[in-house]
Amino acid sequence: MRPAAASLFQKEILRQAVINAFKKLDPRSLARNPVMFVSECCALLTTTSLFQQPGSEPKGFIIQISLWLWFTVLFANFAEAVAEGRGKAQADSLRRTRSHTPANRRSGQECERVAAESLRKNDIVVVSAGETIPADGEVISGIATVDESAITGESAPVIRESGGDRSSVTGGTKVLSDRIIVRVTADSGEGFLDRMIGLVEGANRKKTPNEIALTILLSGLSVIFLVAIFTLKFFGLYAGVSFSVTVLVSLLVCLLPTTIGGLLSAIGIAGIDRLVQKNVLAMSGRAVEAAGDIDVLLLDKTGTITLGDRQAVRFIPAPGVALETLADIAQLASLSDETPEGRSIVILAKKHGLRGRAITEIPNARFVSFSAQTRMSGIDIGRHQFRKGAPDAIASFAAIEFPPEMKRVIEEISGEGGTALAVAEREEALGIIHLKDIVKGGLKDRFTRLRAMGIKTVMITGDNRLTAATIAREAGVDDFLAEARPEDKMALIRKEQRNGYLVAMTGDGTNDAPALAQADVGVAMNTGTQAAKEAGNMVDLDSNPTKLIEIIETGKQLLMTRGALTTFSIANDIAKYFAIIPAMLIVIFPEIAPLNIMKLGSPRSAILSAVVFNALIIILLIPLALKGVKFRPMKAMALLRRNLAIFGFGGLLIPFIGIKIIDIAVNFFHLV
Amino acid sequence: MESIHWIQLSLFVGLLLLLTHPFGWYLHRVLETKAKTIFSPVVGGCEKLLFKVLGPGAEKEQSWKQYGISLAFFSLAGMLLTYFILRLQHILPLNPQNLAAVDPALAFNTAASFATNTNWQSYAGESTLSYFSQMVGLTFHNFVSAAAGIAVAAALVRGVVRKSALTIGNFWNDLIRVTLHLLLPLSFLLALIFMSQGVIQNFQADTAVTCLETKAGQARSQSIPQGPVASQEAIKMLGTNGGGFFNANSAHPYENPTPLSNFFQLLAILLIPSALTRYLGLMAGNKKHGWAVWSAMAVLFLASLLVCWRAESLGNKRLPTAGVSRTGNMEGKEVRFGVFNSALFATVTTAASCGAVNSMHDSFTPLGGLMPLLNIQLGEVVFGGVGSGLYGMLVFVILAVFIAGLMVGRTPEYLGKKIESADIKLCAFYILISAILILGPAAWAAVSRWGTAGIGNDGPHGLSEILYAFSSAAGNNGSAFAGYTAISTMANIVLGLAMLAGRFMLIVPVLALAGNLAGKKAIPAGSGSFPVHGLTFIALLIGTILIVGLLTFFPPLSLGPVVEHFIMTGSGKLF
Repeated sequence: MRPAAASLFQKEILRQAVINAFKKLDPRSLARNPVMFVSECCALLTTTSLFQQPGSEPKGFIIQISLWLWFTVLFANFAEAVAEGRGKAQADSLRRTRSHTPANRRSGQECERVAAESLRKNDIVVVSAGETIPADGEVISGIATVDESAITGESAPVIRESGGDRSSVTGGTKVLSDRIIVRVTADSGEGFLDRMIGLVEGANRKKTPNEIALTILLSGLSVIFLVAIFTLKFFGLYAGVSFSVTVLVSLLVCLLPTTIGGLLSAIGIAGIDRLVQKNVLAMSGRAVEAAGDIDVLLLDKTGTITLGDRQAVRFIPAPGVALETLADIAQLASLSDETPEGRSIVILAKKHGLRGRAITEIPNARFVSFSAQTRMSGIDIGRHQFRKGAPDAIASFAAIEFPPEMKRVIEEISGEGGTALAVAEREEALGIIHLKDIVKGGLKDRFTRLRAMGIKTVMITGDNRLTAATIAREAGVDDFLAEARPEDKMALIRKEQRNGYLVAMTGDGTNDAPALAQADVGVAMNTGTQAAKEAGNMVDLDSNPTKLIEIIETGKQLLMTRGALTTFSIANDIAKYFAIIPAMLIVIFPEIAPLNIMKLGSPRSAILSAVVFNALIIILLIPLALKGVKFRPMKAMALLRRNLAIFGFGGLLIPFIGIKIIDIAVNFFHLV
Repeated sequence: MESIHWIQLSLFVGLLLLLTHPFGWYLHRVLETKAKTIFSPVVGGCEKLLFKVLGPGAEKEQSWKQYGISLAFFSLAGMLLTYFILRLQHILPLNPQNLAAVDPALAFNTAASFATNTNWQSYAGESTLSYFSQMVGLTFHNFVSAAAGIAVAAALVRGVVRKSALTIGNFWNDLIRVTLHLLLPLSFLLALIFMSQGVIQNFQADTAVTCLETKAGQARSQSIPQGPVASQEAIKMLGTNGGGFFNANSAHPYENPTPLSNFFQLLAILLIPSALTRYLGLMAGNKKHGWAVWSAMAVLFLASLLVCWRAESLGNKRLPTAGVSRTGNMEGKEVRFGVFNSALFATVTTAASCGAVNSMHDSFTPLGGLMPLLNIQLGEVVFGGVGSGLYGMLVFVILAVFIAGLMVGRTPEYLGKKIESADIKLCAFYILISAILILGPAAWAAVSRWGTAGIGNDGPHGLSEILYAFSSAAGNNGSAFAGYTAISTMANIVLGLAMLAGRFMLIVPVLALAGNLAGKKAIPAGSGSFPVHGLTFIALLIGTILIVGLLTFFPPLSLGPVVEHFIMTGSGKLF
């Protein structure tokens, strides 16, 4: 899909969002958000007080306060609507791919043409070249190339075949060649794409554990403010002043954590949205949040940390053999070896000044291709029989004993975790080729970043300990599990979880499924089996195992944004007190004037300015809520200090400045 | 603000810091082990006997509910005992004055007051209570209500540090160990020190003396109350109880005769609350965390003291122009203590939920009086009452960790325990209850006849008096602003209920929190986990306490002491 990351403020999205902001005023939907619900009640209260008590405050003042209180609620609704709108835009582009796909459903020997929507689990469908796969399923027979660009954005077609780890197909993708028979694995409407659409639309978004806890805290604070303002009425009566409803309500709404309350759901929706933009599909918001808490990251060696295959990196000639001769013969002996290892030898030899040679240009040559039985490949030119392969196989072929220097080299190479291949002619050892795993570029940096965040990386490999240790050192992972069987992986996850850690892993094979299910965050590769995809709680459409790192960052960003805006919102209240309280008291106690440290124009302009600031700050913070607080990998202490300085200290200061500016404007235009 | 006072302040804080270390260790030994202590030879027999009488139930680990039920049962029984002692004091022994039975509303108020470690005194001790009432009815509570507070704090700390546990200790065990190994022996030593300074300890009836000078119309003789003062004085401070033997409390020369006795009283108030932070650090296996909490408390304490001290030193600036010499505000203060030791005492007694006074807070300048009031309203977490200070502080720690903890990009965790919605619910409940209990009754009193009847002064100062009275009651402080007297039956009952609610409605969420936290798995600390030590954490904790406190109480405070301050600086008028 690769959604063209809906730019922050697309016109159409904004237009829809404005309409939805009004629709969301419905108290039934607003009740989900206690802070905004109370705010709406307050807006309603001032509006009705407009008709009830003549004389307590000027009409113009009450009208303006009421308007801005309604704006406060509307702005919060708007934030949520924009976040949802952006998700919808993505969902619509997804939905287009799946409209009215016909399906060939097999019943008995016959095939009937039905609509994709009517397919049920375990139906069997036949899909031929040029047709769209109607539903998620598993290939039970045949092999085909499939264009999955609709889902992954990757234009290169992929192979899908029955059996093995490449048997799952996704509804909405297109068969390019051949014909496959697919067993449907999800009812219509519950497939992969459907879940994805539902998710980005935020249609049945459930609050995540953290969000619930935060909502409780915000509700608790709201009740405290409610009590504080309610009792203030009585304390005022004692002091001989009757505060008007408008003023009390203004103070209450200003104190309520409307900034975070209004933006909370937008932050959550936008978080999932950001993941989708990274081509990761999370099955729930809970999983995204858990990603931020990950302590341990399990990574498969092959394909994730190293390139899939071993590569030749060095020739070590036997005593008395020239390096060029060894390179030349190694290349000749590898020409017929089509394995990646063989090809890498040919390429390495080229770096020694040898041009590439085609099989056909060597006359009288007889090629001996590589086989798993012989474990060697080679070439016979005339009476010369050149061979390269596993040292013991070569030794017995050449009927020689390797000289001690070569034996030492072989031991050294395997000691470092590499593979040694011997090159020999009959009765003459020529040298050794050193093959080893190549660690993917840039990984070391990423692991350093993870370490900075306090996340431990563990490499899982089937290799022996020595090999594993070498690669682990080279890649910069913190720990490794060598000679791992699938059940070992599971045991490791359990062990870490017992210690209280949260574990994330990636996997694609069916034998990964139990571990994926056990892990707190299990990311299945889209190329993986259906079992793996169902076991995990996220699917990476790009099938890039290092994506986990980005997922973790997104999770952390989501939590940080919530924390930052909460801190900001609460810190704001101090300034609002300094604006409103002196304004309320100055009528009866003119001596309190020095408390008006912002030197606001008049009591009413002070109150109005605080209310206006409170509403506008929501709008101003929408971009931050949608984009998220910028994440930097650093230790928790440094991160805390930084964010406290920006959002805590900034939250104290900004409203002083903001309210003052608004007050100047209010007085300039004589609004009250 | 002379240098001698700065030296005394440094000495005070330095000595407190010095004592925190060994006493924290000792608290840990008393609470977490069954080991013998240096006092075992004296109290060991009593301990054995009590455990034998109470049976195995006093040693088995309890869930938070069982712990709470034990505490509630014990407190209720103790409260009833005191109520009946007060009601029947005229027929009980040790009543040389032949004082009558205490009025029911007053007896309820007093029983509630002492059972909740508040020690609000609606009565004047010397003219209302017999020695038996004082020694058995009240002093008993001085010990056990303090021990119960420490027990609850220990239970919460255990909840924080235990992993996947169902239990949080045993209430009876904690109660007995703390009372016998800590409070009794220390009180005994402290009483001796006080007696060396001139605090009286006897069972005599009032002594009649002949006055040197007399005013017209007054008798030449005066009767001076006597009694077993030193024994009560020690635990009054050590257990942050604050209920004085005499009405004048620690301003009375028989309770607090010298500057040295004053110094020891101050130290005794903060000793256990301060040591509990060390206990926390030891339990958490993170001593830095204990010190961070201590530092946050110390910063708030010093800030509050400095404002109060400065305000009292300045006094009312307009007075000198009216021909009154300027030595700071000495109204309501004892000359032997002066401005500094009165301000220090006021800060210490309200920071801790002690409530003893050596000067009349009602006579402080508006800002000087605001500080003690604010200390109480912040939840008395600045060292705080024995136990209650620490558990209140931990609620704020959890709130601070939750709000700011999200900012490090993880589900907030405190010492490895994830802070989830259930914990937040309990913490929010805690701060909500404490706010409602102060603001609700105070607002009611401010507009009702029973409430305003006890007000001593007009204007904003009257509101300060009401606020102080209800903050003190619900906050379980017990000190009085002295202007406000709970004379009506209604005021006695409302204040009594506020004290009970202020104690037990807060202990319930605290114990539930302990139980909830104990059951969680703990995540080992790493570089990604939230740091609960260091300057950032200290600043964060202070910020959270101040913001929550100020946001809750700023409106009424602005109508009381704040506006009074501006009226004083503006026009020199006082109320």
